Amino acid sequence: MVRKIRVLIAKPGLDGHDRGAKVIARALRDAGMEVIYTGIRQTPDQIANAAIQESVDIVGLSSLSGAHNGLFPKVVHILKEKKADDILVFGGGIIPVDDIPALKKAGIREIFLPGASTEDIIKYIQENVRLE
Amino acid sequence: MAKNVREGFERWEKTTLNKVISKSPEREPSFKTTSHIELKRLYTPLDLAELDYCGELGFPGEFPFARGVQPTMYRGRFWTMRQYAGFATAEETNKRYKFLLEQGQTGLSVAFDLPTQIGYDSDHALADGEVGKVGVAIDTLRDMEILFDGIPLDKVSTSMTINSTAATLLAMYIAVAEKQGVKSDLLQGTIQNDILKEYAARGTYIFPPLESMRIVTDIFAFCKNHVQRWNTISISGYHMREAGCTAVQEVAFTLADGIAYVEAAIRAGLDVDSFASRLAFFFCCHNTFIEEVAKFRAARRLWAKIMRERFKAKKDDSCMLRFHTQTAGCSLTAQQPDNNVVRVAFQALAAVLGGTQSLHTNSRDEAYALPTEDSVRIALRTQQIIAYETGVADMIDPLCGSYAVETLTNEIEKKAVDYIEKIEAMGGAIKAIESGYIQGEIGESAYQYQKEIERKKRIVVGLNQFQIEEGPLKEILRIRPEVEQYQKEKLAKVKKERDNKIVKETLAALKKAAQGSENIVPHTLGAVKAYATLGEISDTLREVFGEYRER
Repeated sequence: MVRKIRVLIAKPGLDGHDRGAKVIARALRDAGMEVIYTGIRQTPDQIANAAIQESVDIVGLSSLSGAHNGLFPKVVHILKEKKADDILVFGGGIIPVDDIPALKKAGIREIFLPGASTEDIIKYIQENVRLE
Repeated sequence: MAKNVREGFERWEKTTLNKVISKSPEREPSFKTTSHIELKRLYTPLDLAELDYCGELGFPGEFPFARGVQPTMYRGRFWTMRQYAGFATAEETNKRYKFLLEQGQTGLSVAFDLPTQIGYDSDHALADGEVGKVGVAIDTLRDMEILFDGIPLDKVSTSMTINSTAATLLAMYIAVAEKQGVKSDLLQGTIQNDILKEYAARGTYIFPPLESMRIVTDIFAFCKNHVQRWNTISISGYHMREAGCTAVQEVAFTLADGIAYVEAAIRAGLDVDSFASRLAFFFCCHNTFIEEVAKFRAARRLWAKIMRERFKAKKDDSCMLRFHTQTAGCSLTAQQPDNNVVRVAFQALAAVLGGTQSLHTNSRDEAYALPTEDSVRIALRTQQIIAYETGVADMIDPLCGSYAVETLTNEIEKKAVDYIEKIEAMGGAIKAIESGYIQGEIGESAYQYQKEIERKKRIVVGLNQFQIEEGPLKEILRIRPEVEQYQKEKLAKVKKERDNKIVKETLAALKKAAQGSENIVPHTLGAVKAYATLGEISDTLREVFGEYRER
């Protein structure tokens, strides 16, 4: 039996705009995934710990406040330190296109920008998460 | 007359209309507003047969204010053109303010960065990467002095989008004015100071709800005596609408919050007529033109009724819903950004036809970043073109009497009342927020809206239809990474140069006031003048009030 994909949707930093994170969390649930949403104002430590505790396959980070360049790589880094870098990390929000190469180099697998659909994200997760 | 219209209408339906409909059906089986109100094909005098003009519409500047809060409206004075602005340092924001004033804006609106909004100094661990990004960084009075350098505070009105740290920023504003030789009773402006919507939709809360309400009512009381021309709160629906709620929900949740604030102030011992005329409101303006115009008029009339009937306000002033509007950020796209100029123009026009007192128009690069000078200038010109070229400002409430507009105004009011009654039955807005009810309604609406877009039941031009091959906008505003270090160094300098003994004393006095029932605003003013930092003041209050955790 194939188990459900487990996803953590998280909001790092001080940004409180959670409409996108909540809509995506719900869409992923409707698509049959187990989703944990952390709520706002999470530190990279809290996010990484939650990801490990909840044994998720993939973490989605949302930031609209411009703090993504520092915060997103930190989450990847902490997961790596804790030997949990099999957990994939993707992100979205208000992120200048010019920032994406550096984010990808830092280990964020994909960035979804304004205009992306929940279908795009569902498809991405289904295609990239390997279930054992 | 009605009989003739009814007969004529039925004849029209059976003959002229039927001839076309039987061959070509309409585009949809039914047409609904974003609040799920079913739209009729045609509104006629029959829809307004019961209309009590004097009771329900009346005259501008008179209860129930459906037609506007001022007797001359824009014939007397245009709405204030007030662009929300702020980024990086006080120096750079001061420059943008001067640019905007030069370009003809008529009021200031301050955007603060997230650390400032959430009570963290620029050198706090949680401020890392956030300093100056979504607004200006203000750590001490020093920054505030720079922010308003060369801007006479007796000549401009300033709106500050600040909530849990509103007392601190208001105190700083008063202190800067004092240094300019301007007494606080002359100051005109607004602080948003609407903590309830922070829990429901915006997220810059610090303390728990009851403690936060105490701060809000302290500010009401302080301003009543010392800053009489100040709008002590901007009860906001904008953010809940941006979070995804419908027009009806926007009215309902905003007015429910308003009811909670009035009740809190009364419980704190204030007479309703002593503070109610200084309450202000803040709404969104979205794309659905007629619905939005109707929404503003419904909100005005409903609030007037609530203040008179429920709170027994004696003065007409106490029943007046004055509001600022911002065009809907969430309606703007990253795709084909020039389309956003068009969207904003329609939204701004709806706000003006709805009788707004003050207006911010978004810029075309909204989906990418804070606006460039060029982008914000177009946004300002949009307002100026409406004001000077369209002629709509030359008469008052020109859409009044439209069968469609009045029917929708009535519908929205009725549906908002249903929601408010439901919320009151739960114990009021605070309880409805603590239980997650309001957040749930907002979330449900947001999800349905997204589904409609993805199923192409709702078309967004350039996004899910009429797309083109395009790259992202290249010329966007970027906040230089050096800003954070610069701000930290400035902060360190202020802390070194101030009298730390006095700072300690003022913070101790603030703490004592917070622990008791003394008004905290005078003590906040004392701390601010001693160059205590925003973080130090907030931490002092954190020690007393604790911090709120999202459920």
